[in-house]
Amino acid sequence: MRVNFTVNGRQQEADDVWEGESLLYVLRERMGLPGSKNACEQGECGSCTVRLDGVPVCSCLVAAGQVQDREVVTVEGLADYAKHREDSHPGGACGSVCGGTSLQEARQWQARPADRVTDGQTGEGGELSPIQQAFIDAGAVQCGFCTPGLLVAADELLERNASPSDADIREALSGNLCRCTGYEKILDAVRLAAARQEETV
Amino acid sequence: MDFLRPASWEEALAAKAEHPTAVPIAGGTDVMVEINFDHRRPEYLLDLNRVAELREWAVGEETVRLGASVPYTTIMEELRTELPGLALASHTVASPQIRNRGGVGGNLGTASPAGDAHPALLAADCEVEVESVRGSRLIPIDEFYTGVKRNALAEDELIKSVHIKKAAGPQQYSKVGTRNAMVIAVCAFGIALHPDTRTVRTGIGSAAPTPIRAKAAEEFLNAALEEGGFWDSKKIITPSIAKQFAELASGAANPIDDVRGTANYRRHAVGIMARRTLGWTWESYRGNGRSTEGVA
Repeated sequence: MRVNFTVNGRQQEADDVWEGESLLYVLRERMGLPGSKNACEQGECGSCTVRLDGVPVCSCLVAAGQVQDREVVTVEGLADYAKHREDSHPGGACGSVCGGTSLQEARQWQARPADRVTDGQTGEGGELSPIQQAFIDAGAVQCGFCTPGLLVAADELLERNASPSDADIREALSGNLCRCTGYEKILDAVRLAAARQEETV
Repeated sequence: MDFLRPASWEEALAAKAEHPTAVPIAGGTDVMVEINFDHRRPEYLLDLNRVAELREWAVGEETVRLGASVPYTTIMEELRTELPGLALASHTVASPQIRNRGGVGGNLGTASPAGDAHPALLAADCEVEVESVRGSRLIPIDEFYTGVKRNALAEDELIKSVHIKKAAGPQQYSKVGTRNAMVIAVCAFGIALHPDTRTVRTGIGSAAPTPIRAKAAEEFLNAALEEGGFWDSKKIITPSIAKQFAELASGAANPIDDVRGTANYRRHAVGIMARRTLGWTWESYRGNGRSTEGVA
């Protein structure tokens, strides 16, 4: 079957989709967006977390056909999504009205752009959302496999709760597992992003 | 496999009538796991996400009509006053991502004895509204679970909503698991005080082939509370009454040994949860309420 939906603010079309396929599979294998990670395939680990009409969900548990005419934001589009939220819809989510991130851009996304000499540790010069920069600065990335899901979940938390308590952060990230068990640094990163967000308001 | 995408409830019923083997999918948190692991390859998937009324709820005079697809997140955030037991149970469901997608209709459709909503639904008392092209009917929750992962639905019927009695008194929910988040219940216990009818109802999860009520425990407690004038005096429940209630609740369980726990452990834990949740709700009824925050 064919599925038309919005990915990172741009209209996309996926063809020859098997009816039992997950949104995660469509994103990774048909759209070429491997940012959302495939780990447990049963909603336990949160590595495949994306926003579906603004709501964080495990993309491995969304049937591809269910996203027809709906809006998905993946980690590849997070920087743009966060930027537009600040620019034009402070405090709120933005949909397809935003410029969005093309598949080409999304596929080539990296924290350290090839055409600029940057410090790979700081990610300076790359297109990063505040939460991504905070993860780098706080040293919250170890093997990196859980990071995309955590970024999407943490970004959504800070969108609806500008100054979360530690309990709020733990609750919001309780659906994301880090097998490196780097949770302390991850909590640091979310606190850092929240503090920076407060400063700019 | 065919993917059916009805745009309305009527279309969904027509599709289910035409393809009785179609597997309804809403939040997908059960169905997609089975498909991802190739445990299930249904001929038809019946997507209910476009049926708007399944995501609606209405607070009535005596009941809350809760649409089958209202996400657990919404129940936690919007219905804590009317459905405190179910709100607590909802908070124990998996993770935020899962609670954003899953709803009570999925728990009822799957009818796993480990579904988190069941003990709260049994304790609160409710009726499940199911419908087919032949018409609709209300199934009392006590008649809904018919076996391990079996329910009273006919093959052409879909779950539309649950009519849950609004809380007239304190309710509690307790769940045993290895962690706070993303854990399937080893066993669970729900309790609801109904001061309007001077009765107490219970629900036990993961400790029998189906979700069940601890009926002997309820009958004993109802009689003891009546006899001792507890509903009026609001005095502390005699420890011997609480102990007997816990033993009878434990006796109602009919658990098995499995990877999550032994039958003996489950029986024991059900008794402990019954005693504790009775204490919490009764203290609340007496006006020394601990709230429904963070005790699940």
